[in-house]
Amino acid sequence: MPYTADQPRPRESADDLRARIPGWGADLDPADRPAVPRERFDPGATGAHWTFPDRQPETQPRERSIEHEELPPVFGDTVHLKGLSGVIRRHAYARYSEARAAHWLLLILGDRVDAIESHLVSFATTRPDEPITQSGVLAELGHRPVGSRLDGRRADLKHMWIDPVIVAGPWLLAGGAVVLAARAVVTRARG
Amino acid sequence: MRAMTYRGPYKVRTEEKDRPKIQHSNDAIVRVTRAAICGSDLHLYHGLMPDTRVGTTFGHEFIGVVEEIGSSVENLSIGDRVMVPFNVYCGSCWFCARGLYSNCHNVNPNATAVGGIYGYSHTAGGYDGGQAEFVRVPFADVGPQLIPEWMDEDDALMCTDALATGYFGAQLGDISEGDTVAVFGAGPVGLFAARSAWLMGAGRVIVIDHLDYRLEKARTFAYAETRNFMHFDDIVVEMKKTTDGLGTDVVIDAVGAEADGNLTQHITGSKLKLQGGSPVALNWAIDSVRKGGTVSVMGAYGPIFSAIKFGDAVNKGLTLRMNQCPVKRQWPRLFEHIRAGHLKPSDIITHRIPLEHISEGYHLFSSKLDDCIKPVIVPSAV
Repeated sequence: MPYTADQPRPRESADDLRARIPGWGADLDPADRPAVPRERFDPGATGAHWTFPDRQPETQPRERSIEHEELPPVFGDTVHLKGLSGVIRRHAYARYSEARAAHWLLLILGDRVDAIESHLVSFATTRPDEPITQSGVLAELGHRPVGSRLDGRRADLKHMWIDPVIVAGPWLLAGGAVVLAARAVVTRARG
Repeated sequence: MRAMTYRGPYKVRTEEKDRPKIQHSNDAIVRVTRAAICGSDLHLYHGLMPDTRVGTTFGHEFIGVVEEIGSSVENLSIGDRVMVPFNVYCGSCWFCARGLYSNCHNVNPNATAVGGIYGYSHTAGGYDGGQAEFVRVPFADVGPQLIPEWMDEDDALMCTDALATGYFGAQLGDISEGDTVAVFGAGPVGLFAARSAWLMGAGRVIVIDHLDYRLEKARTFAYAETRNFMHFDDIVVEMKKTTDGLGTDVVIDAVGAEADGNLTQHITGSKLKLQGGSPVALNWAIDSVRKGGTVSVMGAYGPIFSAIKFGDAVNKGLTLRMNQCPVKRQWPRLFEHIRAGHLKPSDIITHRIPLEHISEGYHLFSSKLDDCIKPVIVPSAV
């Protein structure tokens, strides 16, 4: 079609659309759209009966973004910082603003260290981590594992093989390290 | 209590945790009766969101019964059936006073760029989520709302995020009568966004994905035309062809950080975490929309940089609109739509999973097995 000023002709009339689709055009008027305008000053609409909230007790020192002037009055108080991952995360918050890549990359590093630390700690508990039940791979049984993946052409088939590597790779590496260490100990003991 | 617990990338389990306590005078403790796994929970599950700590309970879509209230709570009573928006917000800061509930400045020490979200890492405030028997709900006088007597509980659950976000995304598209609207992603948010586009008078709605079963749902649930991008050498060219070379008036990105369609972008963004997510869908949105058009971004992305084709957006004079949805602001009008029969949100629920089988639920949803679109978690607390 040559490029002209004409508006492309609609495929269906408003009447046809209204007849075919429940509620078609019910919010045609922007005044009926709750997100319009984006900002609407109405502090009485929220249910808040305070001008500033009471402060939640800070039972442990709470890390915060250095872009905040002070600790906000309410915060999540779960899973406190601990171990080497805690040191990394605390440094990310204390040193770098959210504008710095180092802030986020350190936090991701902290996540990976946290996973390793937590796996190691779990081995000293009555419920150690193990990848079979925790990965949910048992859901493959009874949920059409082959048909689900081969129906049509799924784009994610190209990289699905990476997921088991992410899950099992660290376990295999750790197992290999344990075997090598044990072999070294035995070799040394035999003189 | 029993709760879903994150154990590291791709690993979760149900374990015993301490029951949450009142920590602020306006807290409530809610006994969860239904929760859902959101597509954005998969970003946490895959280790994509910075500061996701082992031991965290996910879940920002949940409803339940008020079990305990703090001393200053005025609007709720013990025993009330409530639906809880995924936003944690104070209701009184500069942003909340202007309706930007998702941008609250008083609830997230860890970041200023995002407000508070239940069960969405410490980057979103460090709150535990609702995939558990009990959950702490801060600002009980502000966020939760009684579930209307006439409303189905599954419909109420869908209102806590997926439906509200899809509806919000369509509104950010600034749709005019007769507009052609493309929606990238046929997951729950994309399906709801497509359905909502009709409410605003769209003349055509086209949903794009690579999963045929989801595209089938887009046709039957959202009355949309569909395109499987795997069937085209270049989906952007197809979008131009189907709009007389102009491009669509509006595009809604309902995919986010784990978009497929470009292996390099997916692996660098989603697997290696070298970007704040794979920007494939967002770049397709920028290239598919017409000059002067609007791109509404509802997909969730991580906080670090992504390879966005910003030059094209500038040269095309696009309007880019985005935010986390301020959920409760959408509810009065959404309730009217549900009651009038314009929407039946629970129609997208495909699986119900006991809390004990949470790891299977995540794997099922993550791997898109068994035509999974929306899994609901049933905690069965006593």
